[in-house]
Formats: sequence, C-alpha cells, structure tokens
Amino acid sequence: MIQQTREAEVKSAPLPNDQNWSPRQFLIALAALAVVLALMVVGFLYLKGSRGASMFNAVVAIIWGVGGVAALFYTANMLIESLNLKWRNALRPFLFFLPGVAILFLFLTVPTLLTLYQSFFNQDSTRFVGLDNYIATFTDRSMQESFRNNLFWLFLGTGFCVVLGLLIAVLADRSKFETVAKAIIFMPMAISLVGASVIWRFIYAYNPADQEQIGLQNAILVAVGLEPQTWLTLQPWNNLFLILVMIWGSTGFAMVLLSAALKGVPGELIEAARVDGATELQGFFNIVIPYIQGTILTVTTTIAIGTLKIFDQVYVMTGGQFGTSVVGTEFYRQFFTNRNFGYGAAIAIVLFIAISPVLVYNLRQLNKQEGF
Amino acid sequence: MSSMAKIRPAGAGRGRVINAILINGALAFICLLWIIPTVGLLVSSFRDRSDITTSGWWTIFPHQEYKTSRQIQLTAGLPLDQPLQVEGQTVTDDQLRAGFKLPDGSKLIWSNRRARTIDVQTQQWTANANFTTSNYQNVLLGQQFTFTQEDGSTKTEQGENMVNSFINSLTVTIPATVIPILIAAFAAYAFAWMRFPGRKFLFAMVVGLLVVPSQVALIPLLRAFSGLEISGTYLALWLVHTGFGLSLATYLLYNYISGLPREILEAAFIDGASPFTIFLVLILPLSVPALASFAIFQFMWVWNDYLNALIFLGPNPDTAVVTIKLASLVGSRGQDWHLLTAGAFISMLLPLAVFFALQRYFVRGLMAGSVKG
Repeated sequence: MIQQTREAEVKSAPLPNDQNWSPRQFLIALAALAVVLALMVVGFLYLKGSRGASMFNAVVAIIWGVGGVAALFYTANMLIESLNLKWRNALRPFLFFLPGVAILFLFLTVPTLLTLYQSFFNQDSTRFVGLDNYIATFTDRSMQESFRNNLFWLFLGTGFCVVLGLLIAVLADRSKFETVAKAIIFMPMAISLVGASVIWRFIYAYNPADQEQIGLQNAILVAVGLEPQTWLTLQPWNNLFLILVMIWGSTGFAMVLLSAALKGVPGELIEAARVDGATELQGFFNIVIPYIQGTILTVTTTIAIGTLKIFDQVYVMTGGQFGTSVVGTEFYRQFFTNRNFGYGAAIAIVLFIAISPVLVYNLRQLNKQEGF
Repeated sequence: MSSMAKIRPAGAGRGRVINAILINGALAFICLLWIIPTVGLLVSSFRDRSDITTSGWWTIFPHQEYKTSRQIQLTAGLPLDQPLQVEGQTVTDDQLRAGFKLPDGSKLIWSNRRARTIDVQTQQWTANANFTTSNYQNVLLGQQFTFTQEDGSTKTEQGENMVNSFINSLTVTIPATVIPILIAAFAAYAFAWMRFPGRKFLFAMVVGLLVVPSQVALIPLLRAFSGLEISGTYLALWLVHTGFGLSLATYLLYNYISGLPREILEAAFIDGASPFTIFLVLILPLSVPALASFAIFQFMWVWNDYLNALIFLGPNPDTAVVTIKLASLVGSRGQDWHLLTAGAFISMLLPLAVFFALQRYFVRGLMAGSVKG
C-alpha cells in the first residue's frame, strides 16, 4: 500500500519539459560526466603513486573521494534529467542505489565467491585439490587447537560479557551514579584492541621473584605470599587471560544495549507482578528477562561474532603462540606467513559458515519487516 | 524513556537504604575494576623510565616502605660462618641477606657484606611521585634522545616518531569515514523511497553482508590490489574500508531515512522538486543525527582497525598507522614500558576524546547497528 503511493508520487510530479528530451542538455551533461570521470582517473593515478605521509594527500583524497563521488552523482543526474519522462523515471533509481550496491558487490560479494573458489585449490591456486584444504582444516593439530580456543572465546567471552553487562545495567539503573558508571564501563569500547593489549600486557607483566613486581596481577600474588607467574605463557590459562581483555572491552557494549532495553520494560508489568506476590528475583527472571530477550539475542550474537573473528589482541599479545592460537590468527598465518592461499581461503570459509546462521536469521527478520 | 518508571526495589525505610548502599557499593567496585587498567597505563606513561621498571605504578600513592635510617659497622673480617651478635640479637648470615626483623618493627639487612656494614631499615611513609613528560617526547618525536642509565652512564636513542603515525592515521581515517557515508546515503534514499526492479533482493544483499567476516574477502582483494599496483598505499585502505563499512552505513541510514515523515517529501514533490534536489535539500539535512552516528562509528572502527591496515599497508614504518606502530613497538621494544605506555595512550587519545564529546551519538549508532559483526 505504502509502496504504491510512493510510486504514484514520482509519476505525478509535474516537472518541466516532461514529455521530450533535450539533445543540447544531454550533450552538455555527457561532456560534464566525461570530464569528471577523467579527473577521477587522474586523481586515482596520483593517489596510487603517493605513499608518503602527508596531510596534503589526505586532503587530495577527500576531494577525490568525496568531491568525485558527489560530482559523479551530480553530472549523472544532469544526464538523466535531460532524458524524456519514461527514461528518466526508469533510470533515476539506478543513479541512487547502483554505486553503493556495485561497491558492495565488488568488495564483498565477488571476493567471497572467489575465496570459496580458491579454497578448492592448492597454495598458489594452480591445482584443483578438492576438499583437501577443508580436511586439513579439521585435522591439523594447530587448527584443532585454534577451534578449541575459539570455543573458549565463544562461550566464556560471550557469556561473561552478556551476564556482566546485564548485571551492571540492572545495578546502574537503580543507582544515582548511572551516567558516570556507564561511561566508565563503556569507555574501553573507544580503545583499540591493540591499545587494550598493551594495557593488559602491563597488568600481566612479570619480573623474577627477587625483584619488585610492576604488573598488578603479580604484585597481588606476591603480596599474599605466592610466586609470580608469566601469565601469558601459562598454558592453558593464558587463553583465559586473553579472554579477560575482551570481556573488559566488550561488556560496555552489552551493558549499553541491555540498559536501554531495561528502561523500555513497562513499570506496570513489574508492579503487577509485585502485587501478585512475586519476589524481586522472580519478577526479574519471569518478566524482565522475557521482555528484553530480543535485545539479549542481538547482543549475544553480535559479541559471539566478534569472538569468532578475534585476531588483533591474540596476535599482539602472544602472536598465537603458547597454545593461544585462534581461527583468526591461523588464517593470518596460513595466508601471510605460509603464503598458502588455498588453506587460508578454506579457513576463512569455515569462519563464514560458522557465522552464517546469524546471516540467515537477519534475512528472516528482514522478510518479516513491513515494506519488504 | 523518561515516561517509563524506573525499576525500584521494594521495601521501605531502612531496607531501602541498605539496598542503595549494596547497589552503589557493588557498582563502585565494578567501576573501580574497570578503570584501574587504564589509570595504571596513564600514570605509568608519566613516570620516569627507570621508575616504571623497578616499582609498581601504585607506589605513586603514599605507602609504607623500608628505608635505611642508620648503618652499623661490624669489625672488619668478622667470620660469617657462625651467628653474629648485632643490636643485642643473634642473627645468621642468611638472615641478614634476606632481612631480619627486629622486635620494634625495623629490619636488619646487609648493606655491604664484604665491608661488614649493616643497614637498619625502618618503615616510613613515602610516595614515588616523580613525574616527567619525556616518555611522550621519546615516543612522539623522531630525533635522538640522550638519557642517564641507572648505573650513571648516558645512552643515546632514536625517538619513535609517532607523530608521523598519528598523521597517517588521520590520512586513512578521514576519507575512509566520509566517502562511504555519501555513497550509502544515496543508496539508502533509493531503498527507502524509490521503487525499482530487484530492490528487495539487493537490500537483502546489503543486510546479508552486514555480518560477513572481512577475512573471506581479504585474499582476493589483496591479489586484485597487487594487480592494480595499489597495495601498500592509502588508496587501498580507503577502498577497503569504504567497501566494508558500506553495508552498515546503508542499513543504518535506511532505517533512519525510511522513518522520515512522508508529508515533508510529498510537499516537496508537489512543488516540482526533482528527487535529486529533495535528497540534497531535505534528506541530507534531516538525516544529520544518523549521519553523525555512523560517522563516529566508522571513525572509531577505522582508527582502531589493525588487521586491514596490517594486510593492505604492510609493515612499512613510513605509512604505518598508530595501531601498526604500537603493535610493532610491542614486538621490538616489548619491555620498554615507558614507550609502550605513552604510545598506547597517544593511540587512544583521539577516539577517547571523540567518545566523551559525542557519546550520545555513538550509543545511538551502536544501537542501530548492533547487527554488524
């Protein structure tokens, strides 16, 4: 219904010269478009050659990228407006959606298909090897270790983030210091995983027992009379210490979303439960949790995807050594260090398959949405 | 939101007070845990380079420490294989090595075993509040630095020139934030207010690509960029971030633009404005909150990105962005905490500033875009 009116609007719009096209305008627009395209190519060649660090290049890039895109849109629109009504209306949507869709297609869809294709080939993509790469993915010792660690990440990391996030959201909701507390918990979201890695490497820092400890964790251990430990090489617990960094970073995300959802729970519902004699906890588990389960699901899947893709902090903190490798670091190792493109591609596809249920779920939700 | 009643604990009077204390206490404890790592980094980055490696950053706060109050000189050549009589106590050589506690709380410890001098140490209040900005100078600037080592000798070291990486990060981040916004805004407008063949399918592609891990696209993209001879340039990184950020941008802006009031657009159509004019004059200005949300989101994403920068820019120190620079410092100067702490803080400076200044927009973008993986 809505769609029909929208279409009617466009067609009934009284535009000047609607019936016939003007060749003069068309030629001017065509020339303008050609000039813009030529300038974009020149800009591309310049930027391609620029490797040094300079704010000048950044400015050129902004003019090239933003100005170029804007000029392309503008001149292409001129061209379309010079056509007759029928063509105008038929082509106009393409002007708007095609650039974005084309980029997505070129940068994600096509490469994904190429990766899938390469995953059936040997390391330099010269010989078809069937499912060998996938078999290796599931039988290699190092990959099995990565899968095991990634499961730790998936369950421990996601679980702690969501439960802690919910706990903090509930506490903050009842406190006068809500704004400050939420800002503190949320702040690590602004810190890169590399930065967070440095922060936590410092907490885990180790000095031999006869020296003073500079890492907080070892200092506490020594203060209660225990031996200092090299946390990041302490297998298998080092995985836990890496996951802790991620919990520190991502709990804020869960908290912010869950907190917003909590505020949407109608007060009458809780009041009604209380009148019926439900305790605080019963009310929370039987009314609040079911009410916000949609948000809990969103938060859980988003963080779960993050844990499956985890790379930065493992790579920076341990390099994937000492039994801490994950699928992300194994992918990088096969792809970059070993130059085994087929194997790397297979790992990437396995990662994609692991995430694909979320993709299917999102598409189903979209299907239910009005207008689609 | 304000119309929704806050969930308040039941109970009256004293129970409520106890509840409030428990809740605020638990919250304060968690907040303390959360902020300590960052505070430790910040404090350490301002401490003297030798202080950082010899004492914990928490020693800047007043605390009790054993300090030598006087010395005892024993007879030279006194045999050490039998217990000694010092200060009316019987102590062995081993006890003096480890430190021997006297009944009054002070401690006896060898000062110079060969010369037979003993320190008498007592607990004293102290604070290692000795701050400097030289760590920042060392890590930010590229010139040579001379400093005094613990043994008194001087050493010259090359600065890490992180200013350069900071500029590189800006060079990468600004275009990689602005370009996708413009392209996505056009597409979002088309998906929201135009009808065209394949609209449903193409929008499904946008939504589907939201969670696709970038790893599946990296190998073919790197190969294509090598073919175009742009791998290792900023251009490659701008294109990659534009491609990877576009699905979220389109989805987020679609949600916003499709919710704009129809009446405004209808009125403009009746006045004879073309869709292009409507987009420029009406849609873009009205969408500023959504544009800002995505801009902050993408800015943080690109600034903090490590994997894509590592793959498409490579390890070249001239083009390294701050995350690459910091990670390479961890690799090459892993125990030089004066550089690492200052460097890490420099890398966090801009995102933290943006975060605190524009937190509201950031949260809004996060909520709208929480489907992205």
